[in-house]
Amino acid sequence: MSDKSHDPNQMTGAAMIVRALIDHGVTDIFGYPGGAVLPIYDEIFQQSEVQHILVRHEQGAGHAAEGYARSTGKPGVALVTSGPGATNMVTPLTDALMDSIPLVCISGQVPTHLIGNDAFQECDTVGITRPCTKHNWLVRDVNDLAKVLHEAFYVATSGRPGPVLVDVPKDVQFATGTYHPPRKSDVHRSYAPRVKGDATQIRKAVSLLANAKRPVIYSGGGVINSGPEATKLLRELVEVTGIPITSTLMGLGAYPASGKNWLGMLGMHGTYEANMTMHDCDVMLCVGARFDDRITGRVDAFSPGSKKIHIDIDPSSINKNIRVDVPIIGDCGNILGDILQVFKAEAKKPDIKAWWQQIAQWRARNSLYYKKSNDVILPQHAIQSLFEATRGKDTYITTEVGQHQMWAAQFFGFEEPHRWMTSGGLGTMGYGLPAAIGVQVAHPDSLVIDIAGDASVQMTMQEMSTAVQYELPIKIFILNNQYMGMVRQWQQLLHGNRLSHSYSEALPDFVKLAEAYGGVGIQVHKPGDLDGAIQEMISVKRPVLFDCRVAALENCFPMIPSGKAHNEMLLPEQANDEATAKAFAGGKALV
Amino acid sequence: MNQPASAYFIEDRHDPNETHTLSVLVQNEPGVLARVIGLFSGRGYNIESLTVSETESQKHLSRITIVTTGTPMVIEQIKHQLDRMIPVYRVVDMTLTKRSIERELAMVKVRGEGEHRVEALRLADAFRARVIDATTESFVFEITGNTDKINQFIDLMRPLGLVEVSRTGVAAIGRGPEGM
Repeated sequence: MSDKSHDPNQMTGAAMIVRALIDHGVTDIFGYPGGAVLPIYDEIFQQSEVQHILVRHEQGAGHAAEGYARSTGKPGVALVTSGPGATNMVTPLTDALMDSIPLVCISGQVPTHLIGNDAFQECDTVGITRPCTKHNWLVRDVNDLAKVLHEAFYVATSGRPGPVLVDVPKDVQFATGTYHPPRKSDVHRSYAPRVKGDATQIRKAVSLLANAKRPVIYSGGGVINSGPEATKLLRELVEVTGIPITSTLMGLGAYPASGKNWLGMLGMHGTYEANMTMHDCDVMLCVGARFDDRITGRVDAFSPGSKKIHIDIDPSSINKNIRVDVPIIGDCGNILGDILQVFKAEAKKPDIKAWWQQIAQWRARNSLYYKKSNDVILPQHAIQSLFEATRGKDTYITTEVGQHQMWAAQFFGFEEPHRWMTSGGLGTMGYGLPAAIGVQVAHPDSLVIDIAGDASVQMTMQEMSTAVQYELPIKIFILNNQYMGMVRQWQQLLHGNRLSHSYSEALPDFVKLAEAYGGVGIQVHKPGDLDGAIQEMISVKRPVLFDCRVAALENCFPMIPSGKAHNEMLLPEQANDEATAKAFAGGKALV
Repeated sequence: MNQPASAYFIEDRHDPNETHTLSVLVQNEPGVLARVIGLFSGRGYNIESLTVSETESQKHLSRITIVTTGTPMVIEQIKHQLDRMIPVYRVVDMTLTKRSIERELAMVKVRGEGEHRVEALRLADAFRARVIDATTESFVFEITGNTDKINQFIDLMRPLGLVEVSRTGVAAIGRGPEGM
């Protein structure tokens, strides 16, 4: 026997994978076994440091890993087999790419000699996932595996975070090679994300902020991704400068919703005051957001009179949609720290009393107004009640995609980052339930609620079975209006009220469904019963499907109609048929 | 512009297109070219010409030269999008440096007899094209130069019996003592 047989770093590829997970501090992974990953599952079976959560569909593994990542700031890990296992991961990978979520996916592949032969459960995984990952690798030699795995974790979590995929053929999992712990040389020399902001640009930014008459801070998911320090610094900057702050969907919680400078979310379904402030400001500080099309409204009428400062770690975010005056490339936290330091040393709080008076007038329009009813539960009211019932509790919220998501963003106040998990960029229906599973795994004692719609939640409903198996007491709070509400809203606004296939004629009985899975079902129809039912839901220590029957035809306002600017919002009290028709006038050409 | 009924904001951008030559230094590893090309097709960018070869085999470095067109904003995006790819070391906009030399090589097959044949040879001489294959009824010319020169030569060969052309695409390098 050679000495090598006693070398603890000699091991199979499958063992290396588990070892690398441990070395990167991974304690929980989400996956689904299959032919091409059986050696890895065999290794998982023989250890106890990494807990594996068996999902019911690979998409669920991906979203669960995303929920885990978003709620902890650590990378989420998913393990799937070749072929359909990998193709089912395409949606979560794309979702994570759009929302900059660190996700490490390990996929099995057919043995090296069969690659390209159309073998059973073979697909070109790296080809398919190339455009939906930050980077991906096919490992053909077991001696490259440790390096690639370490690099994968580094790439996923550094710079602008994102999903990565490592495709490992089955023969590489069986083969024995040399493992090494993470080291710096594992990473491509060509990959070096910039962290520190340019000092001259930072000075320019401070000078703009200090001399502004009508400033605004517009923050995004980048602040949350940057870590707790960035959140702290953002709050301090708001405090020190007295500037009003709004945020994107992804950025909610970085600044507390109860904070006195908070304007609410901006964008298509943002508040009137947030959008008007953006439109009329003279200096805009964008921190870790990307001027997405849901945010800007009409680009050529976007905040026409302002000087724009843009902090982003990804140079490709700069000037992509909107031309900015002072781009600062680097990590949000790092740059906010520098800005604060310079501001405190050299600048004074800008005098913006008149600006705040103007904002107060916009606020007085009460753009989130809705008319409560004693007969039927309004979805906005349901979310407000949920918010009140969970106030002060250790709560995490996930959502699906649609009207309920926007109402959740509007009516649920987030005080801390990492508490709000939603599919922002990709808009993935079916995200929230598996994401809630991931969150609950990371925070076993917390209250985890998926604010859902009746349509979205059915896309990944099978993960209820996962929740029951692992005793994860997630609460699925379904705003059930029997419609794909947001689709219907657009059909009403833009397609002559022809409600083409946006009504679910045959919904399941969610209470029975919950019971069939081994969970708890609660149904509520009347506003008067809502609070009690929510209390019951919270007190149950098992997975719950909460069927909240809401007003079927309620729509989501305020809203920036298509082709309009921030100052042309449609407010709820104006959203009668005539005004709506006028706001959306423009013909029937579809794009 | 009138906004049609749509969930997306439609806008017209009228900035004129520009043509830029980009030099991209990449780690030569499996899939790197697919990543670069996939970026262009996936984001709707144009590729007018693409040249790729390993240039430093010990360091596994390849140099990709891409000629692309787009509005100034799009060109800027392309550079940033390329630069953030993991195996990409550097992206240099050779057009912006205004100190670059661009060359491509073409092999041009011309078939003809009598006066046409003589005229083809005469023009080839004027363009400093070399004959690299000849039969009694055909020539293959090798010509190097910038894209305009090669286009011009090909246009002149057309009435003289042009059969086919094979081009390398543009390679570019900066003037002066510095590397990219």
